[in-house]
Amino acid sequence: MLSYVRKKNTLTVRLTGELDHSVAASIRAELDELILDPRVRRLVFDLDGLEFMDSSGIGLIIGRYKLMARRGGTVAVAAPGRRVDRIFEMAGLYQLVERLA
Amino acid sequence: MSIINEMRLDFPALAENEAFARMVVSGFLLPLNPTLEQLADVKTAVSEAVTNAIIHGYGSGKGTVRLHARYTDDGVVTIDVIDRGRGIADIAHARQPFFTTSEGEERSGMGFTVMESFMDAVDVRSAVGEGTTVRLTKRIDARAEPLARRA
Ligand SMILES: Nc1ncnc2c1ncn2[C@@H]1O[C@H](COP(=O)(O)OP(=O)(O)OP(=O)(O)O)[C@@H](O)[C@H]1O
Ligand SMILES: [Mg+2]
Repeated sequence: MLSYVRKKNTLTVRLTGELDHSVAASIRAELDELILDPRVRRLVFDLDGLEFMDSSGIGLIIGRYKLMARRGGTVAVAAPGRRVDRIFEMAGLYQLVERLA
Repeated sequence: MSIINEMRLDFPALAENEAFARMVVSGFLLPLNPTLEQLADVKTAVSEAVTNAIIHGYGSGKGTVRLHARYTDDGVVTIDVIDRGRGIADIAHARQPFFTTSEGEERSGMGFTVMESFMDAVDVRSAVGEGTTVRLTKRIDARAEPLARRA
């Protein structure tokens, strides 16, 4: 599930539940609609409530990173769990995306 | 080592069955009394293999995915994820980090790497046009004695 809040130029998206291939496409569509808003310069994924993620999550975040980077924006992830953090580390995600606490 | 418990499950290659496969496997392993960490490791690996069977094996089309899981009295869990889909031509290459044949679909090519890091062993057998079997192996814990006695 996805909920979000925009404050000035930062869109914070909170992902809860399980992020796998079966839900990635609908989350992607929702996100891409949200970041169409030209005010959004920074996209933050709040992962505190994420209970499960596999490599589908890497593709989702890197895809949004590419969209944001193309218009000079940035992406960050906040509060990844231990396993999710390990997956991001393996994928070199933190070379592209800032990690917040 | 003798098998204590074993299960087989066939399901259609539908994305909604990815979560189902994870749940079934964690339910099957509960008698081994795994830690939450171990359970999450196995669920993640199963999710990778089942997703690959659905999207790569069957190209998101029709097909059956088979899950064959068992554990032996030494606490070693073996899970086969089997598809009769298109197969993999070069397995060693496919297992490389960041290798993907689905660039346009936002795959990262990290599925096999994730399986390898969360399981003790990942063994892949595949033939083009015939299908793929991914064998995931992990020792769950040192409860061999009580389990052996119970069996
Ligand atoms: N069951 C399968 N049948 C056919 N090809 C497969 C199968 N599993 C994997 N492959 C091939 O191996 C490649 C690598 O798989 P891997 O899971 O590592 O990455 P991915 O699925 O492409 O991306 P990600 O898992 O990060 O989303 C795939 O792109 C595909 O070409
Ligand atoms: Mg994969």
